[in-house]
Amino acid sequence: MNITVRIWRQHDRAAAGRMVSYGVDGISPDMSFLEMLDVLNDQLTAVGDDPVAFDHDCREGICGMCSLVINGIAHGPEALTTTCQLYMRHFNDGDTIDVEPWRSQAFPILRDLVVDRSAMDRIIQAGGYISAPTGSAPDAAATLVPKKDADRAFDAAVCIGCGACIAACPNGSGMLFTGAKANHLGVLPQGQTERHERALAMVNQHDAEGFGGCTQIGECTAVCPVGIPLDMISFLNADVLSALPRKQD
Amino acid sequence: MEQLFTVGEPIQDAKAPAGPLQDQWEARRFGAKLINPANRRKLSVIMVGTGLAGASAAATLGEAGYHVKSFCYQDSPRRAHSIAAQGGINAAKNYRNDGDSIRRLFYDTVKGGDYRSRESNVYRLAEVSSSIIDQCVAQGVPFARDYGGLLDTRSFGGVQVSRTFYARGQTGQQLLLGAYQALERQVNAGTVEVNTRHEMLELIVINGKARGVVVRDLVSGTLETHLADAVVLATGGYSNVYYLSTNAMGCNTSATWRAHRKGALFANPCFTQIHPTCIPVSGEHQSKLTLMSESLRNDGRIWVPVKAGDTRAPGDIPAAERDYYLERQYPAFGNLVPRDVASRAAKNQCDSGHGVGPGGRGVYLDLADAIARLGRDAIEEKYGNLLDMYQKITDEDPYRVPMRIYPAVHYTMGGLWVDYDLESSIPGLFVIGEANYSDHGANRLGASALMQGLADGYFILPNTINDYLAKNPVAAADSSHPEAVKALDTVRGRLERFLSINGSRTVDSFHKELGAIVWEYCGMERNAEGLEHAVGLIRALKEEFWTDVKVTGVNEELNQTLERAGRVGDFFELAELMCIDALHRAESCGSHFRTESQTDDGEALRDDAEFAYVAAWEFTGEDSPPRLRKENLEYHNVELAQRSYK
Amino acid sequence: MSISQMRHAPRFASTLAKSHRMLACWLGRAYGWHMGTGQLRSVRSTAVRSSVMLHAAMAVTGLIMILFLLAHMYGNLKVFEGQQGFDGYAAYLREIGQPLLPHAGALWILRVILLASVLLHIFSAFVLWHRSRHATAGKGGWRYETTRNRRGVQRSYASFTMRWGGVVIGLFVIYHLLHLSVNAIAPGGASASPYQRMVNGFEIWWVVLSYVIALIALGFHLRHGIWSAFASLGANKSVAGRRFLNQLATIVALLILVGFLVPPLVIFAGWVS
Ligand SMILES: Cc1cc2nc3c(=O)[nH]c(=O)nc-3n(C[C@H](O)[C@H](O)[C@H](O)COP(=O)(O)OP(=O)(O)OC[C@H]3O[C@@H](n4cnc5c(N)ncnc54)[C@H](O)[C@@H]3O)c2cc1C
Ligand code: HEM
Ligand code: HEM
Ligand code: SF4
Ligand code: F3S
Ligand code: FES
Repeated sequence: MNITVRIWRQHDRAAAGRMVSYGVDGISPDMSFLEMLDVLNDQLTAVGDDPVAFDHDCREGICGMCSLVINGIAHGPEALTTTCQLYMRHFNDGDTIDVEPWRSQAFPILRDLVVDRSAMDRIIQAGGYISAPTGSAPDAAATLVPKKDADRAFDAAVCIGCGACIAACPNGSGMLFTGAKANHLGVLPQGQTERHERALAMVNQHDAEGFGGCTQIGECTAVCPVGIPLDMISFLNADVLSALPRKQD
Repeated sequence: MEQLFTVGEPIQDAKAPAGPLQDQWEARRFGAKLINPANRRKLSVIMVGTGLAGASAAATLGEAGYHVKSFCYQDSPRRAHSIAAQGGINAAKNYRNDGDSIRRLFYDTVKGGDYRSRESNVYRLAEVSSSIIDQCVAQGVPFARDYGGLLDTRSFGGVQVSRTFYARGQTGQQLLLGAYQALERQVNAGTVEVNTRHEMLELIVINGKARGVVVRDLVSGTLETHLADAVVLATGGYSNVYYLSTNAMGCNTSATWRAHRKGALFANPCFTQIHPTCIPVSGEHQSKLTLMSESLRNDGRIWVPVKAGDTRAPGDIPAAERDYYLERQYPAFGNLVPRDVASRAAKNQCDSGHGVGPGGRGVYLDLADAIARLGRDAIEEKYGNLLDMYQKITDEDPYRVPMRIYPAVHYTMGGLWVDYDLESSIPGLFVIGEANYSDHGANRLGASALMQGLADGYFILPNTINDYLAKNPVAAADSSHPEAVKALDTVRGRLERFLSINGSRTVDSFHKELGAIVWEYCGMERNAEGLEHAVGLIRALKEEFWTDVKVTGVNEELNQTLERAGRVGDFFELAELMCIDALHRAESCGSHFRTESQTDDGEALRDDAEFAYVAAWEFTGEDSPPRLRKENLEYHNVELAQRSYK
Repeated sequence: MSISQMRHAPRFASTLAKSHRMLACWLGRAYGWHMGTGQLRSVRSTAVRSSVMLHAAMAVTGLIMILFLLAHMYGNLKVFEGQQGFDGYAAYLREIGQPLLPHAGALWILRVILLASVLLHIFSAFVLWHRSRHATAGKGGWRYETTRNRRGVQRSYASFTMRWGGVVIGLFVIYHLLHLSVNAIAPGGASASPYQRMVNGFEIWWVVLSYVIALIALGFHLRHGIWSAFASLGANKSVAGRRFLNQLATIVALLILVGFLVPPLVIFAGWVS
């Protein structure tokens, strides 16, 4: 396969960026999208150009590091798939593919396709945890967790923290990510004590980072590589609303 | 050939307390000196790595009141490679009442490691295993549960009890998120400071004690020195020396190798685990391999066509013409034999022409019987995400067509040598998780790396480092200290050298070639001739690397090529030591199979009289041979036996 | 007021500076939680200004307006009862609650609630609009260079016209009030009878057209707004719930659209005169 990629090139945070076209030849359909970029980078290095910087690590869809908007869709055209798990067999010979970084005011571009997603860590810092100091835990079998709750918590907990939801949301909202964490911890018995304070603190941090509000468009869940369902957001909303009138626990 | 290594003094003392195994950890903790909470605030610890080991340790030390500076090369601590672990985590909870106990977990681990691990450490690991599960549940890790709400378990290769706790196919992810959240909680509390996109490139040793690190800010290229009262490395394994492995692309040996060059002994570097169930290589371009959790072997049956070179579609091969070779050869354990055994058996099948798929490098892992027995839904519930991943990569539907699998490098049992306190041979340098040579001997059992990482991080290190800090007050030092300046200059010099070579080959092309050499000669089967040959090849390639590699750009920018060049540079040196280690160990044990040392029916033949020791290597200089320091292993509680899974 | 606020608030700050700060913090760019402006607020008082709360406010006010619209629609359908029926209904509205309340008292109470809802709805809409513009460098869903998949994977027309659709509705309401309520503009001739005003107006094609356009905008706004309001209030609990709320929104939006469209079209067609 021979394809053309148009890639966002930007030297650093302060520099201006632009789309640049490159031809990449000899692509096999069994290559992953990132392996195609590896081939491009080899080509660029050979002629002394700077290779395209992009984030990736596990290349198996679990670490959440890869992050490309491909033809306008975060993580590309395949549903429930991270960029690193996207294979070239989903494209055609002769295609032109547009590749851009996650765009959000809260995600400054560091170089080319690499952005700074530390805002998401700060949302977790604000309250996305259960306070369980090491050594203080009761026996694991002491708390029964109904399978329904355990499953629901798990469905939320699989969020890989990639930020695609934010890249795709027309409002630049991080509510799906935030909602997933609030849900994961909020349905488990262990997470009840801090449930309300957690929801408030995380939502406040979400806003302070400059993410937009959610108008329930659902683009986030459509691009989410692990299919975090939209109701996570509503769950978080409910927690915040019921937390407000309560006194601090 | 010139002399490849020299032999030095054996290691005298691994600092395990005397007395019966079950009292040792208690004794060690009681013997440890404590520090009053008010004084802990004045003490600082550098923690390199935010995987299970690093994140759990940083969180726990932060909670205790120390000031912790944590580093990782990814953009968030949550992305450490531990996130990728799939299958599960062991613990001797005996919730199933199937005869499990601390002693049995200890025994299985020592035996699984083919009697090349330290008894005292392994016993302690088994002892704290059950607190790990308690801790994780309290943090909200959503382990699998049954309909009664109780924790579910499954069995893993190499054992006959069901002691593996799991969270669908994403156990590592869930455990890491638990540790990550605990870590971020401490960031919020102000005790831990996390520096992401920072890579450690040098260790700073002052007056014989580890005191700091030189890191490169991967965004700006700025080199920084950080000093503290102690340094902990939790930087994971070095499987990427093989280029193709199941590890994340950034996994490296730089931190451990740099510490090795500063005096830390590197133990058993040749012990690398080849995992039997990975997706086979599909082509030239491949950048990494993907693991299919070994838990699939619980329900999947492994087979190849009886007839060599059979190219029929799997569905067209009748049962009578299938060879379920593991069930045939190892009736007691069947598909659940340990990894080293399963891997070699697959290789043998492929070598003798029974392999399937492109190039004949694959065997079938067939879920058909399990689907028929349990139903598709049950299989989906247990392995759904793995099977989806398989389908994405191969474009084949594992619910209908048997999966094709082949062994791939996966885990490194070798690493920096540590004593009972997890302290390396440099005082004040502690090493935890996969980065140390650890408790797994010559072969790791499934689901015990997660256990070890969290045991080290939550429970062991916080107790032992305490004692070190209490007994070793050090004078304050800052980045102007001559040793710090020297370390910074070394790093700068090396980076400048990379950038000035301006050769003609890419970093990746060298890495691929190096990987191919190590895989060929120091992979699933090794022999003296091949290993000697490999050392020569590695040296020649290294020479070429340092004269012909092309690194574009400058240091003062986000430069991923430069990052990779540094990692590959260190892999070259490590690869050589791995081959030397493999060469000197003329026995077969665990993952290390020497063709010269096998039984009549082709099983590994251990040589306890000669090799019942840990090979800890000392760096003696750029061009001088490494020195072997042995830690002799003594077994008082298990009887050394030839491993048999028949 | 929390203690931290007392410590930080400048005691004699001018009202102007204060209100400016208030505005800035409502607009929500950088008010202080961790990173903030040095003014640490309690978790709750910060959360009151959160996007979640603003959306809840929009949802509640939106739902109040929908109740009004349903009633208004019912009233409009009285057009089929002829002039007496319709004007009688308008008069009846002004008599509710008498003699407890003065003439048109109940109506005024409703008007105040309605006005407050409209104002709060619009205020929240603009604050949130501002925030999401800020979050996306002013470009919303159009911030990528590529021209492919501009509509994303699942955005609907209704969902991404909420804001401009809202503005259209707002302008329409002003026009509509001037036309049929205050009687200030009177295409087709003024009259004291609301019924007459209506009939006069809706005999002109462009008046009808302007109403039809506004009502379609309203239909879209409600199609997404109703679903969104329930979700913002925490009622979307599952995949099935999401489906149900969306169906509910479609039904109510269609009901309102059709219910409002009938009178002008019927008048225009000359069936009522
Ligand atoms: C695909 C896969 C599946 C697995 N499944 C299982 C399983 O089911 N059960 C099980 O028990 N084990 C499993 N393992 C093994 C297990 O996951 C690892 O051994 C374990 O997670 C290692 O944890 P760690 O904390 O030691 O290191 P890692 O998680 O590798 O973390 C290393 C950390 O060090 C940082 N780092 C590395 N180098 C540097 C540097 N130079 N400078 C700064 N920071 C650095 C990284 O950023 C990272 O934060 C699996 C492994 C793989 C590859
Ligand atoms: C009769 C008039 C109106 C009704 C019945 C109405 C109703 C609604 C409802 C129910 C919502 C959903 C609230 C939520 O999701 O939380 C909504 C959202 C919205 N409305 Fe209105 N609205 C009206 C007028 C306006 C006007 C005049 C504007 C603008 C100036 C406007 C702008 C918006 C915006 C921007 C939203 C999106 C926010 C969101 O989806 O949450 N609306 N409206
Ligand atoms: C075809 C559709 C409509 C018709 C025929 C219609 C008709 C009228 C009439 C006759 C009045 C005056 C009632 C009186 O003074 O007693 C009125 C008032 C009003 N209408 Fe409408 N209307 C329509 C649509 C709308 C819509 C879509 C909205 C809002 C989005 C709206 C909002 C109002 C308001 C706010 C008033 C003022 C109520 C009051 O006096 O307090 N109308 N309408
Ligand atoms: S919710 Fe989905 S898209 Fe958003 S960060 Fe998590 S995994 Fe990524
Ligand atoms: S796309 Fe955005 S508006 Fe809400 S539903 Fe998803 S966060
Ligand atoms: S690289 Fe890890 S998820 Fe894509």
